[in-house]
Amino acid sequence: MTATETLHTTPLDALHRELGARMVPFAGYSMPLQYPAGIMAEHLHCRSAAALFDVSHMGQAELVGEGAAAALEALTPADVQGLKPGRQRYGLLLNEHGGIVDDFMFANLGERLFLVVNASRKHLDFPLIESVLPAGVRLRPLPDRALLALQGPGVAALIPSDLTFMGIAPMTIAGIEVIASRSGYTGEDGYEISVPAERAEALARALLAMPGVMPAGLGARDSLRLEAGLCLYGNDLDETTNPVEAALTWSIGKRRRMAWDFRGAEAVREALDKGPPRLRVGIRPEGRQPARAHTEIRAGGAKIGEVTSGGFGPSVNGPVAMGYVARDHAADGAPLDLIVRDKALPARVAPLPFHPHRYAR
Amino acid sequence: MSALKFTKDHEWLRLEGDVAVVGITDHAQNALGDVVFVDLPELGREVEAGEAVAVVESVKAASDVYAPIAGKVVEVNAALAEEPGRINSDPTGEGWFFKIAPSGPLPDDLMDADAYAAFLETLA
Repeated sequence: MTATETLHTTPLDALHRELGARMVPFAGYSMPLQYPAGIMAEHLHCRSAAALFDVSHMGQAELVGEGAAAALEALTPADVQGLKPGRQRYGLLLNEHGGIVDDFMFANLGERLFLVVNASRKHLDFPLIESVLPAGVRLRPLPDRALLALQGPGVAALIPSDLTFMGIAPMTIAGIEVIASRSGYTGEDGYEISVPAERAEALARALLAMPGVMPAGLGARDSLRLEAGLCLYGNDLDETTNPVEAALTWSIGKRRRMAWDFRGAEAVREALDKGPPRLRVGIRPEGRQPARAHTEIRAGGAKIGEVTSGGFGPSVNGPVAMGYVARDHAADGAPLDLIVRDKALPARVAPLPFHPHRYAR
Repeated sequence: MSALKFTKDHEWLRLEGDVAVVGITDHAQNALGDVVFVDLPELGREVEAGEAVAVVESVKAASDVYAPIAGKVVEVNAALAEEPGRINSDPTGEGWFFKIAPSGPLPDDLMDADAYAAFLETLA
């Protein structure tokens, strides 16, 4: 039996193949890495017009019942209870040591919370959430819904709406009822669109038929999010990283920082008080040579960290990376050596994002 | 100009007088995607057949390029530093990587175009 026989497929699998996608295994799914245009063209098209991504592998779920928001707060330092209806927020699920179990989006849809978690972590996240729910609150995974992301500066004209960045609402697109949030993973304006699986292909075809929309795969998604300074779970975040060293302290609610009533709070509080020994930073290698994930970072000959995401940024037109460095070396402009194939590649700590966010605020 | 010979590692070579010009095949550049950087060997380096001597980086990954024959590196394609995209647009022409002065006869496991095409079929 080959590995591909055990892979899940998304509702858009046939469409990907029709469009000539190069399919690769990712988080247990067969997913499009790129289409014939290639990663570079897909990336640049997303920055200049609009790109459609299939992200149906991600885990969608609803949390329903009296006290759902308070229940979720047991596992995340985000302010869930304070989130207004029609709004979405970014959060972290933590373990007892303050390590990050997953990063996720949660939205207030009025009578229920809507969650989107990482494909590679949903098998852990959902049982974890269920384990803390009181009677009367239920988690309902939504495996029968697909998720499409339409991203780029051209999207606002294609799908006009009153939503601003991180707004979410039910709407009708091309005659299909969806739940759309004004958000994404590219640094651009756009929507993430949750749609029943059986309507996903019709919706994707309708979106691709709109002027200037091009399909884009996981390759472009990765280079876009890296330029936007956004973390990839498994690369930049894992169970050994805490929110403070990951530079995600902003995702901790103010009220939560008074009460410290979430799992892992003690460790997070200590990291905040003492300052973490290492920090996630942006890194710009000199020249054109990329430094990939797991590249050792040195300063003055000593190992001070490791690259967690790295590659070539098509919009930056140069190599970009993120990684963790010792706090003394985390200031913008601090010189670093990246050890690529046994040679020191000079680099500097650089502010994130590498490419400015252009959200519909 | 002599005909191209191919390796199972998806390099090509072409004899020009007494040096062999080396690059990666159209199949290889297509599999790699957009090339953004090449790390070329030092001039004068003595290499063994099958030795990793260059690295080609695409947007998504880095891949080794192997010396198809033993010999000495006598020239590298410096133009690739500024225009690595030549490897995608013209892999067997302007996208050449380096030239080797062979230290002996060509190995007999190099394939001609038909044999390489048949080899690619076995990978599909």
